[in-house]
Amino acid sequence: MKRDLVIIGGGPAGLAAAVAAYDSGVKDVLIVEREERLGGILLQCIHNGFGLTRFKESLTGPEYADRFVKEVVKRNIEYMTNATVLNVSKDKEVTIVSPETGIITVNAKAIILAMGCRERSRGALNIPGSRPAGIFSAGTAQKFINVKGYSVGKNVVILGSGDIGLIMARRMTLEGASVKAVCEIMPYSSGLNRNIEQCLNDFNIPLYLNHTITNIDGNKRVTGVTISKVDENRKPIKGTEMHIDCDTILFSVGLIPENELSKNAGVEISPSTKGAITDQNRMTNIDGIFACGNVLHVHDLVDFVSEEAELAGKAAAEYIAGKVVKNKNIAVKNGDIISYIVPQKITDGNANVKLFFRVKNVVRDRRLKVLADGKEVFAVKKAILTPGEMQTYVLRKETLQNAENTIELKVE
Amino acid sequence: MTEKTITCIECPKGCLITVRQDGSEITEISGFSCPRGKTYAENEVVCPRRVLTTTVRKSDGSVVPVKTDKPVKKSELFDLMAKINKIVVDGKVSINDIICKNITEDINLIATDNK
Repeated sequence: MKRDLVIIGGGPAGLAAAVAAYDSGVKDVLIVEREERLGGILLQCIHNGFGLTRFKESLTGPEYADRFVKEVVKRNIEYMTNATVLNVSKDKEVTIVSPETGIITVNAKAIILAMGCRERSRGALNIPGSRPAGIFSAGTAQKFINVKGYSVGKNVVILGSGDIGLIMARRMTLEGASVKAVCEIMPYSSGLNRNIEQCLNDFNIPLYLNHTITNIDGNKRVTGVTISKVDENRKPIKGTEMHIDCDTILFSVGLIPENELSKNAGVEISPSTKGAITDQNRMTNIDGIFACGNVLHVHDLVDFVSEEAELAGKAAAEYIAGKVVKNKNIAVKNGDIISYIVPQKITDGNANVKLFFRVKNVVRDRRLKVLADGKEVFAVKKAILTPGEMQTYVLRKETLQNAENTIELKVE
Repeated sequence: MTEKTITCIECPKGCLITVRQDGSEITEISGFSCPRGKTYAENEVVCPRRVLTTTVRKSDGSVVPVKTDKPVKKSELFDLMAKINKIVVDGKVSINDIICKNITEDINLIATDNK
């Protein structure tokens, strides 16, 4: 089988990329989705707050997904569901398995990686204790409750104050559970302030900052946890242990881009984003393989995922048409408070490039400086920068035209 | 004179809005960065409201996500959940279908997915 463009993943990134590629002239597109329907993780995010940037209204996850699924269907873009991609080769051969087709290979002119991310697990944190039932990642609990309609637990402790953990604290409370505590190892929550407000404060759920779980009790089912205060090196402080009775523990301790397929294909992965290293078109080190959405770097807002995916979809269409511009080879570098910048390379100096970046710690009253080949070209005051909030900066083409080797962003 | 600081929940920015009141009269609102935020803060000191999102059971045992089409009184959330948990819907449901008309005040419970 041959296709001009194969998109791996039918979540928000894959859907927006497909529509953008189609509208930019590539009609021979195939979306490959692992689940039984298009929409991705949005389908289990039944809370509202999606789409404010893009649609100027507050949609739920399934509603946001539906807007894009409708666009895909309207264009008759081909998609497979229940279909898992087993391998992607550097020659852009995609191996797919599904109950309907068996194992098939598709040769593509271009590929967009849009596999999203997965949750960090208890194992990744080395939490001691026994291994009873009742321990879930927050997203798994979310799927069980919102999609499958199962009850997950009655007395809950949540580790990690990322947005999914906060949303699940509210969700489980509404479903009649008692959320005893949300523990966060850092001195600040990585979730949005509005979620602290509407998910915890609204229901008087305590948030323990600088705390982590140091033991899990229970034989068949969780019976309780021990939480401890941590010092500035995030090590538990002896004597601060507190026991909480509970039957359920949720882990909301971060998301990691799902790049097994990318690595097999030889795509270069950034150690800081855990996603591909790309240029402004979101093209990886392999010509014709693009990446966008949470498989590239974990976004806070789906609106930005859609925006990035459209950029990748349009660029893939240009690549297929042989119209990709390469007139520069600029490396994008970051100062040490900045944990990463996407994209990492710029190959076209004739268009503005929006940079997405995150900081490592909460910092106040700093200056964001932009340096081109070591010379300061721009500076702006930032009242507050937090790791939980992705920052953007638009590099003007005038700056790029004059730059030769590097663009650097620094927070001072 | 009373002063309340509110974290706005309208968008991811989460502005801190300060509302000054003389009795029940609002004398000053500051810190908001859009009209939605101002309205939110005004309502929040008088009668806090939230959009309720949850699921309802279908007769085949599966669930379909729903929301209230307008924010409901925060104080009513658990009463509404009790009401919603008794609802069972039959057949195919599409986005915006009314699942329960006037579940409270003039607010409807509507479907948010096609299932």
